[in-house]
Amino acid sequence: MRPGVAALIACMLVIVAAFPPRAVAQTQTGAVQIVEEVELDRQTRDVAAQLRCVVCQGLSIQDSPSSLAQEMRAVVREQLAAGKSPDEVKQFFVDKYGEWVLLQPRASGFNLLVYALPVLMLIGGAVFVGVTARRLVSPARHAQQSPGDHTP
Amino acid sequence: MNWRRAAVGAAVALPVIALLAYGMTQNPNERPSTLGGRPAPEFALPVMDAPADTARLWEHAGELVVLNFWASWCLECRREHGELSRAAEQYGPQGVNFYGVLYGDTPENGRAWIDEMGGQSYPSLLDAGSRTAIDYGLLGVPETFIIDRSGTVVHKQLGPISLAQLSAILDPLLAASAGATE
Repeated sequence: MRPGVAALIACMLVIVAAFPPRAVAQTQTGAVQIVEEVELDRQTRDVAAQLRCVVCQGLSIQDSPSSLAQEMRAVVREQLAAGKSPDEVKQFFVDKYGEWVLLQPRASGFNLLVYALPVLMLIGGAVFVGVTARRLVSPARHAQQSPGDHTP
Repeated sequence: MNWRRAAVGAAVALPVIALLAYGMTQNPNERPSTLGGRPAPEFALPVMDAPADTARLWEHAGELVVLNFWASWCLECRREHGELSRAAEQYGPQGVNFYGVLYGDTPENGRAWIDEMGGQSYPSLLDAGSRTAIDYGLLGVPETFIIDRSGTVVHKQLGPISLAQLSAILDPLLAASAGATE
């Protein structure tokens, strides 16, 4: 056996001895748990950023340092960890506090006005500017064209 | 006058003015309770002065319950404390259960405050983690919830409540139940 191959086999034996299957499995389980925790933290931040701190002015429970906001964040995390979807968690708070607890109102019912009105006003403004500009331009064009009309 | 232009202007301006006028009639700080007319969330909370004892809402099925959230740092709670204590003394014997729930505060501060205020004629409960406060959609303190015999929240009071306000709600509820039993 060549010395290089012998050294490689020895290294592999040492690695296998150092990391028995159970240890590898535990390491894998630990890694999976860390990934799940990180994902849970991310989801908690996402949902918390969409919920209003009910004792603050215009802050989400993610940004608020108040004790109630912290407890609400803990509830969000608990419910996500228990398998609820982000929408179900948000609905839980809507049931408790009303639609007002959502920082971004849902695009349905009366709330549609919030989304539709700016678009309608933009379209209305564009139409107004267009019509006004046309009216302002038309007399000038008539004035330019009128001498030609009299040309024999 | 260009009537057509005036009509278009009015058609655009009137809805905006109407929307602003409607907004002026609303109190921006008022939050209607989502609990009104709905079943009161269950709770099982330790009694502040007897932590081994637990007060459970379901043990009061068929009874009236007044649930008041308070804190020692809340100035408005001082205003209502005397009235609430008198109401508990007046309505307790008629079968109305009064509970205080300490919110965002320590039991030590709560006990010191009660001593300073000259006592409390009803038990206060501890709400670790404010979970019951969140269940009741609490916006601040003081807040009072009145739960009828069917377990439904019939009134939510934002801010201090007076004996007169409590009487105006409890008397008809008691009269209705007295009428039902006759």
